[in-house]
Amino acid sequence: MRQLLTFIRKEFKHVFRDKKTLLMLFGMPTAQIILFGFALTNEIKNTSLGIMDLSKDEVTRQIIRKIDESKYFEVKMYLENERGIEQAFKRDQIRAAVVFPANFAQELRHSNKSQIQIIADASDPNAATSITNYLTNIINEYQLQQKSALVAPMQIIPEVRMLYNPELKGAPNFVPGVIALVLMLVCTMMSSVSIVKEKELGTMEILLVSPFKPIYIIISKLMPFLIISIFNLMIILLLSVTLLDLEIKGNIILLLIASILFIVTSLSIGLLISTTAKTQQNAMMISLMGMMLPTMLLTGFMFPIENMPLILRILSNIVPSRWFFIIIKNVMLKGLGIESIWKELLILTFMCFSLLTLSIRKFKIRLQE
Amino acid sequence: MRSLYFLLEKEFKQMFRSKGLLRTLFIAPIIQLILMPMAANYSVKNISLVIVDHDHSSFSRQLITKVTASGHFRLEAICANTEAALKEIELDKADIAIEIPDKFEQGLVREGSQKINVQVNAIEGVKAGLAGGYLSAILSDFNAELRLHWVQPARFEPAPVISIMPINWYNKFMNYYLFIVPGILVNLITGIGIMQAAFNLVKEKEMGTIEQINVTPIKKQYFILGKLLPFFVLSIVIFTVGLMIGYVFYNVYPVGSFLTMYVSLFAFLFALLGFGLLLSTYSETQQQTMSLAFFFLNVLNMMSGLFTSIESMPQWAKILSGCFPVSHFIKAMRMIMLKGSSLSDISFHLWSMLGVGLVFNTWAILNYRKRS
Amino acid sequence: MEAVISTNKLTKRFGQFIAANELTFDVYKGEIFGFLGANGAGKTTAMRMLCGLSIPSSGAATIAGFDVYKQTEQIKKNIGYMSQKFSLYEDLTVAENIRFYAGIYGLKIPEIKAKTIELLERLGMMNEAKKLVRELPLGWKQKLAFSVSLVHSPKIVFLDEPTGGVDPVTRRQFWDLIYYAADSGVTVFVTTHYMDEAEYCNRVSIMVDGVIEALDSPRNLKRQFEVDSMEDVFYKLARNAKRAEQ
Repeated sequence: MRQLLTFIRKEFKHVFRDKKTLLMLFGMPTAQIILFGFALTNEIKNTSLGIMDLSKDEVTRQIIRKIDESKYFEVKMYLENERGIEQAFKRDQIRAAVVFPANFAQELRHSNKSQIQIIADASDPNAATSITNYLTNIINEYQLQQKSALVAPMQIIPEVRMLYNPELKGAPNFVPGVIALVLMLVCTMMSSVSIVKEKELGTMEILLVSPFKPIYIIISKLMPFLIISIFNLMIILLLSVTLLDLEIKGNIILLLIASILFIVTSLSIGLLISTTAKTQQNAMMISLMGMMLPTMLLTGFMFPIENMPLILRILSNIVPSRWFFIIIKNVMLKGLGIESIWKELLILTFMCFSLLTLSIRKFKIRLQE
Repeated sequence: MRSLYFLLEKEFKQMFRSKGLLRTLFIAPIIQLILMPMAANYSVKNISLVIVDHDHSSFSRQLITKVTASGHFRLEAICANTEAALKEIELDKADIAIEIPDKFEQGLVREGSQKINVQVNAIEGVKAGLAGGYLSAILSDFNAELRLHWVQPARFEPAPVISIMPINWYNKFMNYYLFIVPGILVNLITGIGIMQAAFNLVKEKEMGTIEQINVTPIKKQYFILGKLLPFFVLSIVIFTVGLMIGYVFYNVYPVGSFLTMYVSLFAFLFALLGFGLLLSTYSETQQQTMSLAFFFLNVLNMMSGLFTSIESMPQWAKILSGCFPVSHFIKAMRMIMLKGSSLSDISFHLWSMLGVGLVFNTWAILNYRKRS
Repeated sequence: MEAVISTNKLTKRFGQFIAANELTFDVYKGEIFGFLGANGAGKTTAMRMLCGLSIPSSGAATIAGFDVYKQTEQIKKNIGYMSQKFSLYEDLTVAENIRFYAGIYGLKIPEIKAKTIELLERLGMMNEAKKLVRELPLGWKQKLAFSVSLVHSPKIVFLDEPTGGVDPVTRRQFWDLIYYAADSGVTVFVTTHYMDEAEYCNRVSIMVDGVIEALDSPRNLKRQFEVDSMEDVFYKLARNAKRAEQ
């Protein structure tokens, strides 16, 4: 036991000596949380609009004022014709243009009908849809206000409640994703590289001729990353609670247990990589190409899995972070108990167990060679 | 100048000799460019819906038909009560739940107004926002139809109606690929450019060959130019291949001119390779380079507006994002490819990239001098 | 005799630390000059100043008639250098390495071709011309690196521990190459830890703690210190060193 502790201490020293690697280990989760929390939102805010008002009457002025007053939009420029709109779009000065036809108020008064065109720059289709929706709502609201004296009959009023994330922030979706990503990265990439490094430097040989059991070598190699990962998890949770006002609704112990399960799974992937990789760069490439990308894409936190083609949907099932992502989302954001995640836990346990067995066996075979 | 020729000859020989490098440089990005847009499809469709109908009236049935017929929603289940519906949302089986209250029809006719409860799973903010938006639009449509059918003209004085006609320019069919493919292409070029530019110099450091170069009369700027030019060429080749893949697999082709596109690519590469160079002057070993490059690539990718719009970022993030050449190039690429913007239209982005590139390159050369 | 390296109180400071302290010596044309010293004595620092890789803090020096402060570019054209760290490109072939360095030093293409053949013949490596340097045994790499450092016919060649890790037979061959170069008029400035190699030099200087403690021919040095071998000369001087290994 004393031996093991000495060993683990040595491993920690290795990890903490290289400042640039530390930057990645601890800087990345912090930077990601801050970015996702504060910088990355898809909400519509202060969107630049162009107005083409061919009527310039009381009604159009009122509508324009109403649009400009909302926090969603900002009227950037007034345009005279379609060419002007096109120019503004091409220079990326506005995201959408609202077009009022000539004699707008007059038409409205006489024939009770008028039409407003919303021309959206649909380069970004989702943003275009949102912008159109918001603008429609503002114009409809204006109409309702005008008609309030009349009291429209048969009014259906939808009461929309946004569950779990009333302000539609990006953070609630991304925090579990960042946790999964960072744990995966630290465990897989860092552990595989650190083991291969020892091989490359030839120090592994020295360890192996020592009376120390190989399994202890593995444990002491992986231990720092287990602890760093738990530490990272704590940082992320702490930052999400303090900075992002995200509430941990569920049982934190359950969260921790699931995380450790996931960490061990990732560590065994790292171990598996280290048994096949010959150089550090090789190990990094495998971890990066083989692990990072699928984790980013197939976990489901960046892009909805249900939109993907069948092959990718099937593939996503073997990505451990996919299951872990569901677990954190359910426990942390929705506050659900073990009954909602037992299936995912079971899958992870199975993955963890088989990966661990496989990598330890491969590790031993390599030693015997 | 003659020494530059020999430097370039050497760099290209080394590049083509290393099979592993070529593989990561060519095949990996190509596979990524083929697969990524498929995975990174953020178009919102198939929003799954559960309905609790307490009323079971003809109105409520019409409403359900109207919602499900819209094409945006997929009816997952009709639930007996609120709890069951919420359970579906909790288990991620449904994104949105609509609850039609008891005596909905009656109330609507007699009291003139009724409330409908809509609950949206908002963990994915964008999707929730869009789902809510679609649903309100459908409900207000339905409402208008109801009035038309059921309210007697006598009672219903036609109030002035402003109708809204949405028109989508540049992407009529709301094809998400048009938006994401140029972004991913830029993203890949960034990764390759930074990694290779940074690695290449550090490798000479680690191997000790840089010492040998330093005692030769070769000028520093030629040496650096000799390092960067091959990646310039390589990036342009990969970019071109990427454009072809975008066209073949996703039918994405530029509306604007190729000249404009390649001019901005030059400006971008100038800045990008400067950044890679800068990283390499700050690291001694390949592992350090990897860590640094990885950290910055991650931040760059997130801040660049690839998936989220820069406009909705807070001021500090906008400024930060403006310092990254990637953000400008993604923007410029989308403008050129989708809208056919000209050089003068994107001049702001061009100058920004050149400016940032000048800073990076100067900084890198100063730092390189100081350290050697 | 014509001095090709001439230094006067050449000093390099790193903050408080004086790595090389007032070095004053001359090296003459065609001479093999051994530059000895324990690890950390300041040999590499001195050598880097002479090669124009680092600027001296004070003092003066001329290399092949050029000033180390102002004319580093001219110096670089007139010297060859081979470092203790191996300095050829492992992923290029033997011929490609020669071509590259010759090209950098401004040789014309026909010259490069002639030089390549001459060089390979002297080394007996005609059959290895198309082999990657990576595949050569260490001794061959060292010999090749030395020849490459002479490819532009420099006036002086600096060798920083050129024979580290090489077997005695190859070392012997390596020294034959050095003699050959010196005979053709090249000045050789070499650092080494092998005292038998010190015996091969025309003159030897021994640095201790940043200062040159002794400078003379091996024979004179042995007489001065009343010992039989350079090994003992070195030991007598270096055991008092205060600086530990770097």
